[in-house]
Amino acid sequence: MSVVKKDYVRPIDFKTGRVDMSHGAGGRAMAQLIDELFVAAFDNEWLRQLNDQACFAVPTGRMVMATDSHVVSPLFFPGGDIGSLSVHGTINDVAMSGARPLYLSATFILEEGFPLADLRRIVESMAAASQEAGVPVVTGDTKVVEKGKGDGVFITTTGVGIVTEGIEISGDRARPGDKVLVSGTLGDHGVAIMSFRENLQFETTIRSDTAALHGLVARMVEAVPGIRCLRDPTRGGLAATLNEFARQSRVGFRIRERDVPVRSEVNAACELLGLDPLYVANEGKLVAICAPEDAERLLATMRAHPLGRDAAVIGEAIDDSHRFVQMETGFGGSRIVDWLSGEQLPRIC
Amino acid sequence: MKYVDEFRDGQLARILADRIAQAVEPGRTYRFMEFCGGHTHAISRYGVTDLLPASVEMVHGPGCPVCVLPIGRIDNAIALALEHGAILCTYADTMRVPASERSSLTKAKAAGADIRMVYSAADALRIARENPAREVVFFAIGFETTTPPTAIAILAAERAGLANFSVFCNHVLTPAAIANILESPQVRDIGTVPLDGFVGPAHVSCVIGSQPYEFFAEEYAKPVVIAGFEPLDVMQAVLMLVEQVNDGRHEVENEFSRAVTREGNGKAKALVAEVFELRRSFEWRGLGEVPYSALRIKTKYARFDAEKRFGIVYRAVADNKACECGAILRGAKRPKDCKVFGTVCTPENPLGSCMVSSEGACAAYYTYGRFRDREAA
Repeated sequence: MSVVKKDYVRPIDFKTGRVDMSHGAGGRAMAQLIDELFVAAFDNEWLRQLNDQACFAVPTGRMVMATDSHVVSPLFFPGGDIGSLSVHGTINDVAMSGARPLYLSATFILEEGFPLADLRRIVESMAAASQEAGVPVVTGDTKVVEKGKGDGVFITTTGVGIVTEGIEISGDRARPGDKVLVSGTLGDHGVAIMSFRENLQFETTIRSDTAALHGLVARMVEAVPGIRCLRDPTRGGLAATLNEFARQSRVGFRIRERDVPVRSEVNAACELLGLDPLYVANEGKLVAICAPEDAERLLATMRAHPLGRDAAVIGEAIDDSHRFVQMETGFGGSRIVDWLSGEQLPRIC
Repeated sequence: MKYVDEFRDGQLARILADRIAQAVEPGRTYRFMEFCGGHTHAISRYGVTDLLPASVEMVHGPGCPVCVLPIGRIDNAIALALEHGAILCTYADTMRVPASERSSLTKAKAAGADIRMVYSAADALRIARENPAREVVFFAIGFETTTPPTAIAILAAERAGLANFSVFCNHVLTPAAIANILESPQVRDIGTVPLDGFVGPAHVSCVIGSQPYEFFAEEYAKPVVIAGFEPLDVMQAVLMLVEQVNDGRHEVENEFSRAVTREGNGKAKALVAEVFELRRSFEWRGLGEVPYSALRIKTKYARFDAEKRFGIVYRAVADNKACECGAILRGAKRPKDCKVFGTVCTPENPLGSCMVSSEGACAAYYTYGRFRDREAA
């Protein structure tokens, strides 16, 4: 009587192995990668079901959804990597509506030849970030493109969350007289990436500020439910965010350079590279706009949270039909803080 | 930030502003040209004009290396990458300068040209070493400040026997351009652009020293104050210029004494003299052909000269008719005098070169200062 032997499956070689086309072909190799890497790292009840979708109960209230693609180069940088960045980025986009983020999805586009060791490092970093934030990755997808048609790994994450009735946070709600607050020092992420880029290595202690801000936002919304606008100033920095608010809300802004918190190391690096910290990306900061009477309470709430320690009121919304963002310079003059033109830093998030 | 913040101090700025306000003579106007884009940028970024009395007017000069590159030279650079298949290494600012037929290095790159942004000539050398099978051309632009590093790159390439490296040389000279502005009909004969003095270059002067300006301070009876690129430097220079004008003096004074000497940097000058020689004439955007205003690579180093190596032929191309860059670079017009400023011509879609670099008069005014028009209106 013959016995059907149990299939032997050679474990994936995460030390020296590389991504090949079979990892995205829908066959055994792909199933094995999902099992041994993604399910193992993200481990949760939805992924363990091995379905093509995650099914979950919907709480009452309004749902919020956001998506974000990550193509950062280099993949690993001081303070984080593309994995943690992809979790924080989408959580923050969901949270900037005042919502509580609930679930994430993750899509990986892998380039043939990408080291599996790096992939594992990235996935484990994502898993740690999602666990720390309490927002599980419940469904995902993996595709492999031929060598030369990608750049190692691209990650797209999508998040859903739920926002309490009565919270109306939107970029079009700023009014003249409202106060502008930032949650901390600006430009850390962009400069950390830049300091690590190929050809441009200079010694610095600056680390990316990549962080999930939903905890901070929850406290802020609790203290001041009437917050008008929230946004994380990622690409294009503070300048882009304020210009977006100005356009959406049909107002202008006037900020004071000396009140904008910037680390002296970041200032020095920007000086060296010819950059303006106001345009440099952040991944763990937010800009908030609130009514003038709420500003003090909001500032105190932010400063009481570890991610808002260096928060500051930096200016006000003003009536301006041109929607200019103006700045009083530390020197004593004034100037526009315009939209970024062209690109300041390539591929930073 | 040590050694930088001191030169951007708002309190000192107010003290200087008061001294300038006291120094200007009632009923008199003072028009000073800041030659360098670095000064233009500092003035706009820190809002220096807000601290100057109404009778002091700053006129932007042609000292932005990107702005003065004529269309034909950009066309040549694109041809090097697209037709000759070279890896073209360039400073980032040059990427968006308009070329013929609405092209630019950015658009050529999108069309498949291998164009790489570098921070220095040394980066271009490294790319040449890493790609021995490819021709690598460094698109060298700039005034006397960027010339010595290009000379070093050529000498290093020779020492290393790099056979695939060459330089497309577009280095230009400051004193020739200033003299040209003073010689232009608008300035000398018609007198429509009265200039009372110059804020002299900072970094250029570190290399060439203050001595080269002595001739035209004397010849054209215009005071020159060499100033650093920080806003307090500019304010101090304005005060020194006002005092010279009041006294009827026309001397070369050095505000930037922490970096500039009369003789300049002998070693840098020697490197430049070793590798480069004067061109008989060179076309500047805005100024046209200016005699002896640019450098070319000496025959001794001809194998590193991309123009010779690839048989580059220069063809002058006229600027867009609506574009006033020429008059703006000569100080004859201001950005807002240009009909296309801020309408057809913006930093996103520059029609003229002054709108490209952050040191360009139009880009600086558009990016930092255009709210003033509304206040004036």
